Amino acid sequence: MNRPSRIPTADIVRRSLPRRYKKERRFLIYGALSIVVCFLFLGIFFSGIFRMGWRAFFETRIKLPIYLDPELILPYNIKESDYGLVISQSLQRFFPDVTSRQEKRELSKLLGAGVEEVLKEFVIKHPEAVGSAVEIWLPAGDGINLINKGVISKERAIQAGLVTEGILQKFEQLSSDGRVSTGFNSRFFTSGDSHTPSMAGIGGAIVGSFYLMVVTFFLSFPIGVGAAIYLEECAPKSRLTDIIDININNLTAVPSIIFGLIGLAIFLNFFKLPRSSPLVGGLVLSLMTIPVIVIASKSALKSVPPSIREAALGVGASKIQTIFHHVVPLALPGMFTGAILGMARAVGETAPLLMVGMVAFVVDIPKKLMDPASALPVQIYLWSDQPDRAFNEKAAAAIIVLIFFMIAMNSAAIFLRKKYERKY
Amino acid sequence: MKNFIAKFINTSALSRDNSYCYQDVSVFLSDTSQLKSKEPFSLPESSKKPCIVCRNVNVFYKNKQAINDVSLDIYRREVLAIIGASGCGKSTFIRCLNRMNDTIEGCRVTGQILFDGIDIHSKDMDVVLLRARVGMVFQKPNPFPKSIYENVAYGPKIHGLAQSKRELDEIVEVSLRKAGLWDEVKDRLSHSGLSLSGGQQQRLCIARTIAVNPEVILMDEPCSALDPIATARIEELMAELSQEYAIVIVTHSLQQAARVSHRTAFFHLGSLIEIGPTEEIFTRPSKKLTEDYITGRFG
Repeated sequence: MNRPSRIPTADIVRRSLPRRYKKERRFLIYGALSIVVCFLFLGIFFSGIFRMGWRAFFETRIKLPIYLDPELILPYNIKESDYGLVISQSLQRFFPDVTSRQEKRELSKLLGAGVEEVLKEFVIKHPEAVGSAVEIWLPAGDGINLINKGVISKERAIQAGLVTEGILQKFEQLSSDGRVSTGFNSRFFTSGDSHTPSMAGIGGAIVGSFYLMVVTFFLSFPIGVGAAIYLEECAPKSRLTDIIDININNLTAVPSIIFGLIGLAIFLNFFKLPRSSPLVGGLVLSLMTIPVIVIASKSALKSVPPSIREAALGVGASKIQTIFHHVVPLALPGMFTGAILGMARAVGETAPLLMVGMVAFVVDIPKKLMDPASALPVQIYLWSDQPDRAFNEKAAAAIIVLIFFMIAMNSAAIFLRKKYERKY
Repeated sequence: MKNFIAKFINTSALSRDNSYCYQDVSVFLSDTSQLKSKEPFSLPESSKKPCIVCRNVNVFYKNKQAINDVSLDIYRREVLAIIGASGCGKSTFIRCLNRMNDTIEGCRVTGQILFDGIDIHSKDMDVVLLRARVGMVFQKPNPFPKSIYENVAYGPKIHGLAQSKRELDEIVEVSLRKAGLWDEVKDRLSHSGLSLSGGQQQRLCIARTIAVNPEVILMDEPCSALDPIATARIEELMAELSQEYAIVIVTHSLQQAARVSHRTAFFHLGSLIEIGPTEEIFTRPSKKLTEDYITGRFG
């Protein structure tokens, strides 16, 4: 139907072009803007955390001559000796001008609350040094530490009662003698929780988190993948499998604290498993992770083209041979990706662990799956609750470590996917 | 009442297990001879015995009927071409022959398909064994994403056809030679099967099929994704393979059917319209529909 009076198509199109391009440009700007906002928030978040936390990776140390008095450290009693007394005697010898009882007590604040442990470790390592005077680097007290790292000003520290004028003078004197240094705080990674911030570390939490991950992975991966293979490849499609499917999807949306309650009711109250143990925590996290793995594995299996299945069936492979020789190897990268992402979610989970008692104050580093343990996110939760400034710094540092683990796990997932991704 | 009886007979004929019990196989054999006398064709004397006998095969997808009462025979050492318009059930039909339709949800096959005198749906015939004896080459080349060697060796491996590594190597070489691929790939057997060109991949798939040494090879439009040169190679190959195997090929190309097949079957809307020697079908078809299709009046 070409009427001669019609306006040519080209004219109509030309007229509408500016409007169309404008729309396109507007959309591009919206997209760029939303990305900028995302990065802005990410930047604020990371810079805040890092500004707060990086100092916890360093500690202030003071070098002091310590006389290892053989009268106080008896060879058969190295572990039980009163190292506090050893240190305070050495301090007095070093600062002979301190005489009053009050000042002596103040002097002990120069050093951290856990110096006895540090000295004990030193003597155990070098028992031959007993009876002589040695120069040892010891961790500084919390107040000194905060001032030296620039967390709080001297005036505020004195106001808050963290240090006294006298101690500060002593510290400055030591500093000008070259007896003060700032070094990497390896204790932060190796020691367990403590009541004194300078001694507290995330070693126990890392080990606890590691046990949790081991339990979670070895439970949820086989179960999740098995369920996915059965549902996707073997089960006849029926209303029942549809219902199961929908409910697995629903499970991923269940708030995690509810899984904690299930764990409390079943694993602790019914099976009487030990409270606060990584085993129970891992069981609870497995419950949470299984649906994630099932869904990821199912979609990985679905993405294996049917032509591969037909090829295998066509040469006479049985159903199980087809699945395990051809389909699963092709789906495995996808399954691992799903598993790692599920695990990354689980490693950052706090709420379900609260319900099974993993919030306990645990000093010892767990040795077995049944030992009481804490986990990184729970440790962060515990520390951020403390009124002490030094603990907040530790919490921020623990967040950095946790984020590092998350990034490492997600990178591993991406790496695996890229490496084993095959075209068919 | 009459309706009721008819319905009853219908349902029992539809049910696989019953049909095998109440109908005698000899009925079909006599039926076959009738068919033969009606459609004489020349084939080597030794291949006169049918290898696959299909009687009243119906296929349903859920409630939709895809194949309607198809009866035909497939002989040893012949190439049977199945032609017809898209969607007429050609592929569905040959997928019945090695029970590939089992994998499709909601697909139901009734009637009888006898392979070597045994109903392929009965308990006496295992589906894995059936597929080892009735191999299949698919429309799109679908090598496993593994090495060329692994592709060919997979079938013999799972069936335990080779006792040693040397025997397996031999099977792989012979199969690749038969598929006309050996000279092209002998130096790179460890390369991925996906590194080959489309035509080579399809020949690799044929090699993979014949490595199991089947009795029948089903080919579902094996050349539709290939260029004319690769197609010609595969057609040559079919002529050679028909010395040993029965080949059923589904094709959209009438020229291909005319070139490679001994007999041709024409399907239309799920029904077998006509089957006979290729020459006859293409020169003097007995049905109007066949003639229209072949002369290009539709399809």
